[in-house]
Amino acid sequence: MNDSPSLRTGFPLTFGLDTFGDVHSDENGTLNSHAQTVRNIVEQGVLADSVGIDFFGIGEHHTYDYPLSAGDLVLSAIAARTRDIHLGSAVTVLSSDDPVRVFQRYSTLNALSSGRAEVILGRGSSIDSFPLFGYDLSDYEVLFEEKSELFAELLKGSPVTWTGTTRAALKDQDVVPHLEAEPFPTWIGVGGSPQSVVRAARHGYNLILAIIGGSPARFQPFSNLYLEALEHFERPAQPIGVHSMGHVAATDEQAQEEFWPRYLAVMKHVSKTRGFAIPTPESFKHEIGPHGAIYVGSPETVARKIAANLRVLHASRFQLKFGMTGLAHTAVMNNIELYGTKVIPLVREILGSES
Amino acid sequence: MTSPTSTTTLPRIGILGAGHVGPAIGRVAIKAGYPVSIAGSGDPAKIALITQILVPGAKADWPAQVAAEADIVILAIPLHKFSTFDPSLVAGKVVVDLMNYWAPIDGTQQLFEDPRYGSSEIVQRHLSGSRVVKSFNHAGYHEIEADRRPAGAADRLALGVAGDDREAVELVADLVENIGYDAVLLDSLHDGRILEPGGPVFGASLNKEQFAQALTEKTAA
Repeated sequence: MNDSPSLRTGFPLTFGLDTFGDVHSDENGTLNSHAQTVRNIVEQGVLADSVGIDFFGIGEHHTYDYPLSAGDLVLSAIAARTRDIHLGSAVTVLSSDDPVRVFQRYSTLNALSSGRAEVILGRGSSIDSFPLFGYDLSDYEVLFEEKSELFAELLKGSPVTWTGTTRAALKDQDVVPHLEAEPFPTWIGVGGSPQSVVRAARHGYNLILAIIGGSPARFQPFSNLYLEALEHFERPAQPIGVHSMGHVAATDEQAQEEFWPRYLAVMKHVSKTRGFAIPTPESFKHEIGPHGAIYVGSPETVARKIAANLRVLHASRFQLKFGMTGLAHTAVMNNIELYGTKVIPLVREILGSES
Repeated sequence: MTSPTSTTTLPRIGILGAGHVGPAIGRVAIKAGYPVSIAGSGDPAKIALITQILVPGAKADWPAQVAAEADIVILAIPLHKFSTFDPSLVAGKVVVDLMNYWAPIDGTQQLFEDPRYGSSEIVQRHLSGSRVVKSFNHAGYHEIEADRRPAGAADRLALGVAGDDREAVELVADLVENIGYDAVLLDSLHDGRILEPGGPVFGASLNKEQFAQALTEKTAA
């Protein structure tokens, strides 16, 4: 059995870091201001590039804890100070945005960075943007269906003709700036909706599986569905990625000690708005173990888990959602460095691919 | 998880909804030996691929056909679509309501904005010709397959089953048990409010004893 993911789908392994713009604390434990948070993310992106990480993504959020509502501006600041790293959204809440504007912003980023832009489209698991921009959550499906269809048209290049119910129609519209070469990689982030998996294949988008709890292996049927759907729609193979949260430190103990209190605080807050139970030390142990979705530990521990899950999910891209809210900035920078210098080389070694 | 004896005919499960939850329930029902049909929002051709890969062994069909043939209907549509759901589709049927109403996530749904009633009581009023049972709603749909355990296993988890019709409740409790969970029966849909978001069991993985304790503590509080 050949279980190298790059061979299964034909794509090289790539590794990314994702942030939601989490507010971190300074060396005295004081939470940083929103402005300082934004500036720190630029430093994080620059460090990520310098330690050989392939992708840096910013997830659109509109809340006090995650003040990154205009991530593409931050990405362009990172672009100006880096050379190799790809920069993208993780995710763009397309349902409450205008696909034409999203294309324009990322085509501009692509120009600025000489072809390093990527976009991950999502329906939005956090829904703060819907009321903010005057959208009705009941229109969730139609908004995403129509807008992901229009975005696929925009990627083909101008002129663009499109009709729908969620924005003004376009007829032979020139949308600028034009792409220099092939379209920037565009992914659809999927949390658990099979329709979204099929939609990604239908429009020819790459697939990112957002796995935020439970056993990653249970997503394997989604990878199979995606690969089958690509064949069904007679599309070429496309890469599959995995997005999950975690934290890397020198030892398992240190990583857990740094991460757990921050994770617990965030989950206590989230559980109030979502109505679910607060995690216990036991449930946390399970999540950071081999059958859980969180990647917390030493470089060895995290690398082994990433390799195993890329394999089982036929995936060639892993994106670590790093920097849990409230962590110290120094711990976050240390995580980035270890991920680039230790974790990624180890995963490549384990999977026997240096490509 | 439990191997059904080949001679018994298990009731047919009809799943309305091929989104996050429907295929997950369908798959574990098939593994427990139940015949399963599934429908999306219309033409079964649209969910052929999803059915084939995610619920192998299930029959994809039109919603009306799936409902008509089912002994137990699993209502797995998004909650905001419920106000336009046609009650005649499931008249006379046992209907499992696994939907949740939680305004911070779903947005405010006027139909469900009545603090006197649980969401399943409102579903029952709308589906007046059906026997509604509330279950599965408090478990993560994505854990439903991994968390199954055989009867008697030390780490077997519990699922609440609430309804006003005893026979319907027992039919659904058998499904829960056969899939691989301990069924904890609640006497009415009204009592089923304790299974809702914000309650003591929602999103928690509890065994039968812990589950009973959570219910007692909540009632005493």
